[in-house]
Amino acid sequence: MRVHVGRGGCGPGTAVRLSAPAEPATSVEERPEELVDADTPWQTIVWNDPVNLMSYVTWVFQKLFGYDKATATALMMDVHHKGRATVSSGSREKVEGDVAKLHAAGLWATMQRSS
Amino acid sequence: MRAWKRHGRGERARFVATLDPPEASVLRGLVGQVDDMLSGRSAASPSDELSALTGIRTGLSTPPEDPVLARLLPEFHRPDADPGRDADEGHDDGGAGTGPDDAALAAALRSVREPELIEAKRDAIATMLTSLPTGGGRVELTVPQAEAWLSAVNDVRLALGTALEVSEDMPEQLPPDDPRADHLPVYHWLTWLQDSLVTVLMR
Repeated sequence: MRVHVGRGGCGPGTAVRLSAPAEPATSVEERPEELVDADTPWQTIVWNDPVNLMSYVTWVFQKLFGYDKATATALMMDVHHKGRATVSSGSREKVEGDVAKLHAAGLWATMQRSS
Repeated sequence: MRAWKRHGRGERARFVATLDPPEASVLRGLVGQVDDMLSGRSAASPSDELSALTGIRTGLSTPPEDPVLARLLPEFHRPDADPGRDADEGHDDGGAGTGPDDAALAAALRSVREPELIEAKRDAIATMLTSLPTGGGRVELTVPQAEAWLSAVNDVRLALGTALEVSEDMPEQLPPDDPRADHLPVYHWLTWLQDSLVTVLMR
């Protein structure tokens, strides 16, 4: 399959790929299951992936969560450099809805209990 | 095509570009393929009399086996996730450290949420297709239409990126003997199209 790509064919190239390698974990705390309180708020985690664009991810954070551009950009850079970022938190229902919206936008998101 | 241009501000903003016939044809073909995959997944979902009665749809509780569909419809819960480990991969590395409660939660969330996720993605595709002239030409989008384009084009990039095994260190061009070499320019073109549209949308 080929397509005439015009002058923008190569696009902005590697500069726009959300693709930084994850930093190695220095420590991973074990969290015993019995310490997880049923009322503990949940977190929405967005994970780095090699396809989603930095510009698009920033726009999605602004659009879905109402963050200003600086906040959205900082979260996007966290995803980019650290491999993941917590983008929202709250009740399970709220976080479930946030993950659903992020999935609809094509971001790789999961929910987990706050530590 | 050239980069998207913005006319006007606020709700009356319009986003304009002109697509060549082959570009329109490729776009329609690709989003159509994603739509087919999503509708196939829907068709495989259980339907029972209770769902028909209550209107509450129930989807499949297990992730798709096809890696492309699995990327479009990710897990909600990832109990095995360690910060910093396999941050770029591990779509399917459930297992180790997954307690029965966590696994049940992931399955329950999928069956409840997946039908509406598929619907949202197919709605975006439908909106995009109605605003994309079959033979190419001038495209003029409202803000909601531009947002639908971003979602739909992004899903095509996710699908193509997964199929082509796009990685962090993917070169701009692949060696000619690589079976993916002919398809990669399409992916890069979609990347450029999406980046151009999101840039004018944020302006």
